[in-house]
Amino acid sequence: MTQFSVPWKQATPVEYRGPARGIVALARIVYSLAAPIVSRFPGPILIGAIVVTTILVWAHWVVFGIVETIALSDVNGATRSLWDQTLTVTEIGAYLDGKSVFGTGLIKYLLWPLQIELVRDLVGLGAIFGLFNLIPVYAIWWERKVAGRIQSRMGPMRVGGWHGWAQSFADGVKLVGKEDLVPAQADAGLFRIAPYLAFVPSLLAFLCLPLGSYWVFRNVDVALIFIAAMIGVEVVGVIIAGWASNNKWSIYGAMREACQMVSYEIPMTTVLLIPIMTAGTLNMVQIGDLQSGGWHTWVAFHNPFTFIAFITYYIASLANCKRAPFDLPESESELVAGFHTEYSGFRWALFFFAEYAAMFVVSGLAVTLFLGAWHTPLPSSWAFTEDSLIKIMLNGILFSSPFWFIFKCMIFIYIQIWIRWTLPRVRIDQVLYSCVQVMFPVACVALVGHAVWMVTLDGTTISKIIQAVLALIGAGVVVSFLSVAVYGYVNGRRMVGYLAVKQLPGS
Amino acid sequence: MQSFEEICQVLKTEFGEAIEDTVTEGCRPYAVVSVGRWGDVAKFLRNDPRMRFDLLRCISAIDLLEDDKLACVYELGALSAISATADMSLERELAVRVITDRTDPHIASVAHLWAAADWHEREAFDMMGIVFDGHPNLERILCPEDWVGYPLRKDYKFPLEYHGIPATTEHELTSPKH
Amino acid sequence: MADTIAPTTPSQVVAPTQGDVHTEEMLVNMGPQHPSTHGVLRVVLRTDGEMVLESVPHIGYLHRSAEKIGEHVAPYQYVPYTDRMDYLAGMNNNQAFALAVEKLTGLEVPERAKYIRVMFAELNRIASHLVAVGTYGLDMGAFTPFLYCFREREMLLDLFESACGARLTYSYITIGGVTDDLPDSFVDVCNEFLDYFEPKIDDYNNLLSYNHIFVRRTGNVGVISAEDAIRFGLTGPVLRGSGVKFDLRKAKPYENYDRFEFDVPVGEPGGQGDIPRGVVVGDCWSRYYVRVKEMEESVKIIRQCLRDLPEADPKEGICHKKSKTVKLPDDEVYLEIENPRGQLGFYIKGDGSAIPARVKARGPSFCNLCVLEFAGRNCLLADIPAIIGSMDVVMGEVDR
Repeated sequence: MTQFSVPWKQATPVEYRGPARGIVALARIVYSLAAPIVSRFPGPILIGAIVVTTILVWAHWVVFGIVETIALSDVNGATRSLWDQTLTVTEIGAYLDGKSVFGTGLIKYLLWPLQIELVRDLVGLGAIFGLFNLIPVYAIWWERKVAGRIQSRMGPMRVGGWHGWAQSFADGVKLVGKEDLVPAQADAGLFRIAPYLAFVPSLLAFLCLPLGSYWVFRNVDVALIFIAAMIGVEVVGVIIAGWASNNKWSIYGAMREACQMVSYEIPMTTVLLIPIMTAGTLNMVQIGDLQSGGWHTWVAFHNPFTFIAFITYYIASLANCKRAPFDLPESESELVAGFHTEYSGFRWALFFFAEYAAMFVVSGLAVTLFLGAWHTPLPSSWAFTEDSLIKIMLNGILFSSPFWFIFKCMIFIYIQIWIRWTLPRVRIDQVLYSCVQVMFPVACVALVGHAVWMVTLDGTTISKIIQAVLALIGAGVVVSFLSVAVYGYVNGRRMVGYLAVKQLPGS
Repeated sequence: MQSFEEICQVLKTEFGEAIEDTVTEGCRPYAVVSVGRWGDVAKFLRNDPRMRFDLLRCISAIDLLEDDKLACVYELGALSAISATADMSLERELAVRVITDRTDPHIASVAHLWAAADWHEREAFDMMGIVFDGHPNLERILCPEDWVGYPLRKDYKFPLEYHGIPATTEHELTSPKH
Repeated sequence: MADTIAPTTPSQVVAPTQGDVHTEEMLVNMGPQHPSTHGVLRVVLRTDGEMVLESVPHIGYLHRSAEKIGEHVAPYQYVPYTDRMDYLAGMNNNQAFALAVEKLTGLEVPERAKYIRVMFAELNRIASHLVAVGTYGLDMGAFTPFLYCFREREMLLDLFESACGARLTYSYITIGGVTDDLPDSFVDVCNEFLDYFEPKIDDYNNLLSYNHIFVRRTGNVGVISAEDAIRFGLTGPVLRGSGVKFDLRKAKPYENYDRFEFDVPVGEPGGQGDIPRGVVVGDCWSRYYVRVKEMEESVKIIRQCLRDLPEADPKEGICHKKSKTVKLPDDEVYLEIENPRGQLGFYIKGDGSAIPARVKARGPSFCNLCVLEFAGRNCLLADIPAIIGSMDVVMGEVDR
């Protein structure tokens, strides 16, 4: 008789090799230092974070204010600026002395290296990479907390002490420590490269995403096209991941992603034309600054068609980020995990970073193009004259600052999370139907209506009549949106209509 | 509701000798149908307007080791007319036992009459080794395809090994002891 | 009535070609480890892109020889094994087996025990349907209703624990009665739970049942007509979802179900009353909604039980005195009860000794699952979890 011997080996402690070892050691040190502090003083840290954000807002105004004034009023009469790389430390110091800025001795040394372009780029890249890493880490923790509250539970509560603030970091360390598994039958090269193809484009999109008038790494004239291209390229990574995994479920996920992309990209890019037409530029900074005159100058409230465009864009952007109810590429109850079924560890984490960063990018696009970018609902004309630091600071807080941009983006990310934990998933034919047969005609109507509106802005009587008619049509559409929503809310049990095409099987 | 006796009376007039026995004592009466005529009897039970047994509730294969026979017990029921408003009831119930040979057990399949019989007959084949003639897909259903023997037969000996996995208990017993 | 039925295997579909594009069919293994097969069910799908042309279920991964064990242990020892069959409805399984043995041996059950049995069977029906409803939302991609359902189920499990000490495998209903009398405050706690639970059903409906996407995903999907449902021997909510108002609690009352007033919900066509448009009788939504409605009916029955619960007779106790020493006569019995999933039947054949000669369980999940091959054809891949989920199979019972 065969004896059944259990081939378990003695359990060995986990060994981390290479970069993972360093990261784990670093994480242990950071955690052992940070955990006692954070768990002991969660309140002061939260207040401190708000104070630091405020100071950052203030500092950015100070720095850029100084830079602007140096350029305008050179002591020698010639127009030389800090950016022209011609000033010495002494000159900057002399200028700052005249302005009686606090801490001149330190600031002049900090400002001098900024004259070198490479240094500026490195600082900017560092900041973008930091933001790029911080947003997913925060958004994942937040999603878990929100999901927990929606589902009447607590969400992460242990790691780090205060409401599991370190959960994302702990997950990251765990994922880095996991085995990097490549299936034997997979196309190893493509399999390895796919996560980067998904990750890098969403990082690149941040390069052109302005957080404020000056807070942009490259103020490109075609920024909008660049960002739209980058979030489109991200799909390639997903498709390659599904294909290279050599797993049938992964291929399904990849094909669904490809299928979904060709359907949502059309209405999405169509409605993106509307803010471009309004602003007359593709430059995101200019589009943003156009909306500084209070909430009524925001593009979404420009005319009824822009509002329709905004709603259409937001729905399409859900599909873009593979968020519920359009999360078909990874629909876990049908395709196990879709395109990332075979991924583990760090490569899997890259997909998640890409997804959450893409959520921020599409929210950022929605905010910049439709909802006043980094401006508050208050009009900038009410701003204080910037003659003292406290007024500059108040301007930053009340009227426009990157803080407001991130705040608005976070609201949109919250709505995405909210939708995800509330709605069931739609079917692939319903996605195609709703994108191509519902959203695309709506987008076209909005585009045409908006175009006519823009043409008739000249103030003649005919134009005014046309505008009045258009306003009525658009307002009718918006009101019908609202009344459908209200009717649906009241008569939820009888509202359900036909979304799927009749001819399709099973529908 | 027709009683068991009335149903058996109809069956006996139709099939005569094919209804070998009707057992009425005990807590549930049953009729014994000859294995050779079971296909015809089943068709009659399913389609005749007097019978119209549209519900095949269960097929239990049993091992009658002392008689050196195997048997199948069919639990049939006839629903009242389909209704979505009034509570439906079972109009007739009938249990039929079909006894077959132990060494070469064959029973006519009724899967073409009741789709429900498909898996029940596969299970009976898997567990008792009764071959259902005319079944569309008679394969093992619960045991692996390469399993040897029919586990629910009384004389079944548990295998001591399956693909290198030993099947003995801790006391080196191959069957549970109570 | 047709003489024979159409073969259930679909005709061979030729791979469509269009110009130079040539598509091939693909065989996909769904399971045994898949999030939405509710256990270790393996379904082999023959797909053409997103279309599923054929789906063939393969079972047996959880086979634990429950029927063979039944031939080696005394009936009262077998009660815990019935828990392990349909592990989401242990009480109902205990009840079915106990009733079958009682009918075979002629044991009388004390009156109070009968009420307690019905009450716990209905409580367990609610618990089981909560799992079915919640996980069905999960199959459709809605995560939140699942957590809500499990929150309520947790309270039910606390009730069970207070009565018998177990939370999943109860063995509470045993041969000749129940193992223990109710704890002192049980009636009050149970009433409190029912008052809390009844409005929650509306929450599930608003969150999931009437959700536009959910109805579009499940309405008119996997339609099984009433004739097909009977032909395949479907029972329980799957049968009633097809518009067949057949419930053993009404049709052939066991225990004391004939004393309670309740309704039997069936699938109804969409567009009238509570039923949303786009729903047809016999689709996944109807099957799902029958479960939701059955929870309401169970609440009614439990309320009547709690109202009419008789005091324990000190002479009789709560369980028949001979429950552990019964001898099975040389006779056979087949008894079915209405389990949350359908009709659970036990065929027991005695041979005069204390140990049965044959125990056969007719699992409702087993019989309901055989329709998957018929219903899961020519649909989309995303419909397969919808169809499997609406069957609400428990693999422990399918494989036994």
